[in-house]
Amino acid sequence: MGSVRVTSYIIRRLLWLLPILLMVNLLTFVLFFVVNSPDDMARAQLGNKHVTDAAIAAWKAARGYDLPLLWNSAAAGWESITQTIFWQKSLQLMVFNFGVSDAGRAIGADMSQRAIPSLMLALPTFVLGLLVNIVLALVLVMFRGQWLDKAGLVFTVVLMSISGLFFIIGGQYVFAKLWHWFPISGYEPDADMWRFLLLPVMLGVIAGVGSGVRWYRSILLEEADKDFTRTARAKGLSQWQVMRRHVLPNGMLPILTGVVAVLPLLFMGSLLMESFFGIPGLGSYTIDAINSQDFAIVRAMVYLGAVLYVVGLLLTDLAYTAADPRVRLGD
Amino acid sequence: MKWLVTLVCLCSLSAQAAWNNPYPRGWVHENTLFSAFSAAPKTLDPVKSYSSNEMVFLGNIVEPPLQYHYLKRPYQLEPLILTNMPTVHYDAASNISEYTLHLRDDVAYSPHAAFGGKKRLVTATDLAYAIARMSDRRNGSPILDMMLPLIVGMDAQVKALSALPKTDAWRDYRGLQPSGVEVVDERTLIIRLHGVYPPFMYWLAMPFFAPIPWEVDQYYAQAGMKEKNQSWGWQPVGSGAYYLSENNPNRRMVLQRNPHFHHDAYPTQATADMAPELLKDAGKTLPFIDRVVFALEKEAVPYWGKFLQGYYDASGVSSEVFDQAIVLDSSGALSLTPEMTAKGMRLLSSVAASSSYMGFNMRDAIVGQAGGDKAKWLRQAISIAVDYEEDVAIFHNGRGVVAQGVIPPGIAGASSDCNPTTHVGKAGQCVRRPMSDAKALLLKAGYPDGIDPATGKALVLYYDTVSTGADDKALLDWMRKQFAKLGIQLVIRSSDYNRFQEKMMAGNAQIFTWGWNADYPDAENFLFLLASSNAKVDKGGENASNYANPKFDELYEKIARLEDSEERRDLIEQAVAIVREDAPWVWGFHPQNVSLFHGWVGNVYPNLMANNTLKYRKLDVSAREQAQDGWNQPVLWPFVLLLLLGVGIGFGVWKSHKIARAV
Repeated sequence: MGSVRVTSYIIRRLLWLLPILLMVNLLTFVLFFVVNSPDDMARAQLGNKHVTDAAIAAWKAARGYDLPLLWNSAAAGWESITQTIFWQKSLQLMVFNFGVSDAGRAIGADMSQRAIPSLMLALPTFVLGLLVNIVLALVLVMFRGQWLDKAGLVFTVVLMSISGLFFIIGGQYVFAKLWHWFPISGYEPDADMWRFLLLPVMLGVIAGVGSGVRWYRSILLEEADKDFTRTARAKGLSQWQVMRRHVLPNGMLPILTGVVAVLPLLFMGSLLMESFFGIPGLGSYTIDAINSQDFAIVRAMVYLGAVLYVVGLLLTDLAYTAADPRVRLGD
Repeated sequence: MKWLVTLVCLCSLSAQAAWNNPYPRGWVHENTLFSAFSAAPKTLDPVKSYSSNEMVFLGNIVEPPLQYHYLKRPYQLEPLILTNMPTVHYDAASNISEYTLHLRDDVAYSPHAAFGGKKRLVTATDLAYAIARMSDRRNGSPILDMMLPLIVGMDAQVKALSALPKTDAWRDYRGLQPSGVEVVDERTLIIRLHGVYPPFMYWLAMPFFAPIPWEVDQYYAQAGMKEKNQSWGWQPVGSGAYYLSENNPNRRMVLQRNPHFHHDAYPTQATADMAPELLKDAGKTLPFIDRVVFALEKEAVPYWGKFLQGYYDASGVSSEVFDQAIVLDSSGALSLTPEMTAKGMRLLSSVAASSSYMGFNMRDAIVGQAGGDKAKWLRQAISIAVDYEEDVAIFHNGRGVVAQGVIPPGIAGASSDCNPTTHVGKAGQCVRRPMSDAKALLLKAGYPDGIDPATGKALVLYYDTVSTGADDKALLDWMRKQFAKLGIQLVIRSSDYNRFQEKMMAGNAQIFTWGWNADYPDAENFLFLLASSNAKVDKGGENASNYANPKFDELYEKIARLEDSEERRDLIEQAVAIVREDAPWVWGFHPQNVSLFHGWVGNVYPNLMANNTLKYRKLDVSAREQAQDGWNQPVLWPFVLLLLLGVGIGFGVWKSHKIARAV
């Protein structure tokens, strides 16, 4: 019965995705084609020299931007809708047909090529960061009120106050430039990959320690003060056993839900890390597209981001039921 | 004991290879040049590609009929895939110039799947095919509108091709070239031009005219090729010294020696004042380097760091690292810091064939030509007040030469004298006129101390710019101050590039800044920026100021049709004098390119016009290996220290835990 309810809930949520994604699609369409006209795109792509009206018209025609926006009155029947920019460029995203970038590269091919490096960087950073943060938070909770907790808190505040960029530039300078332990930047898709990922992963973990530890500490502290924890202590369990058996499992609900929500977004990559470490992922793909005003890519990435975000929210809801049987879906 | 074993292991690891080597193992020991690119090229299609960051690749892959001599200055053209320079015959009766091109018989394309494993020689049909592709508007060639009135029959052919239905299928351009392009035989091509236009030779040195093999065009038109990024835009094929063996603009582009490259030799002649070591390899077969690796490096800091470690063979000098690398002496000359000199680096600087200028919209009522002499004096006063020497010093680390006119130094027709409107010559230097001269001109213009008599308040002028970021604030403040020196209030109108372009096309800007990179090293390519036939508003051309002076136009028309000669140089001087006086631009500055090279890179000489310079470069791989080994040994003591620190903290935690349990 329970699994039927979950399945029907998932189906209902998936059906809800359609209007949400359609709205996102419509909004991006308005932003990218009405606010920023195809003429603007052509000028941005054609550069400085010899940008004539004929060149702009030819650029638009070559990419199908010469079609009407929403309704093609020159076409007959069904083509009045299909022979429009909205259909060709925007609605195609709904079926993950990303088309070709304004520079002429296949966006789908580029995305699939770039998703792997993004994941290779983001996933270990995320998992390791999670482990380190939870372990450190547990240690601080274990020693709460003592010198270690106080020192830990000061340390995390210091880490939080430092910009992520500082960790990157400082880490590159110290570990790669000064001590020569890692390549400063670069990426190889083969077995040599770890040499290039070690430093950014390490810096990503360190950069996240400040906020992560404080966040998990506050969650775990809340659990550590509850009656069942006091009971466990009264039963004579060691501090570590209390933490492992009672505090951590109960603290996992908010942790898990927060974690699951960001999982799909790991595909989108890390903008700064990828840029500074020369990792050809999706994070730098978006920023490159913005810099070169390649709106076909930006549109595709905005849409993909929306899809992943919505999927993340669905997964969060499902994770709730998995972590806490008291939560019932669809009621 | 375990510590000792770990340490020994670490030390032995460090002895094997540098841990920080950013390339696949082995590459650094091979005859491979390492370079970087900061942004992916937009296209590498020879008929479309126009940006310098694309030419770095494309210029070494495809070969147009002509090239620039690597070492001769002023720049000189020479045959590349031709047996000799094109012969030009002008027929006055028909007013047609005929260029005859004879192809070499040993020029072959690099291997490609479309050739079915056979060696494919370059033919005259391929050259005609390239021009036919250019004639099709759908291929988006940026020079089509310039070639349209020049090449006989181009106009009709463009119309004919535009009338053909749009198709995704392969369009076979064989035989579809303009009527003025004639394939005489497999090695001979004739291109006919309307009238006389000597700069056409320069266009023949650009990839737009590189031969296109129809088989590859057909291959790329197959279904599914675009989805795999198999297109002219991303996998160009040519007869150059290199071919693109790895094409991943998201990470790395690799050029490999073309096994079918024709015989080519290092130049045996150079301009007299060049260093003799530049001719050490005279007559030797090109190219010297087997592989060129371009890694995507978006940020200046890691790029510079890897250059200092010897993992890049050359580097530009960004403002972030300028002080580390360059010393600027009191005369403005650039030299290396002692640290860079100790590393055996070499500094190469050259004034770019480009201009960064501030323009006045000559259609404007206050600063434009409608204002007559008063507007001219106002422009002249502003030209004196805007202190570009200061701009170059503050915002460009001294990397620029203040312009004395429209033509940059080093370009045929450039003069070395000072612009009398803004500067005076003193001890061989051009010194900016004092502000009192500017104020006197302003008074003549009817704005005493910058006061507009119509309002009784400071004259308000409007400056359109694309500088919108926080980093630009200092520059915009500086610009306001330059006008404030005259008592003029400058209103900044920042907008994005699209809006700026719109304003320029509609003639709605009053004062603006823009720039121009030369297509070819000739005065004509700069003077045309002020010809009324190229006005931005009326003709959609490159004359952004919409400057129109019949006398200048007349001179320009003559200059454009003359070969380099004493007569032509005289005409250029007259034309330059007119625009200096009229001051449609504050002439701004010519940027200075600065590059650093490691000592193991040989045959390096700045050639701002040539796109195919990689074939001349040479490497001393063993010197590089030695330097890399010396500069990149891992420093291990911090590792031990960090380990001890970790153990110490762990011990402290354990001890505290024990005490807590005991309590």
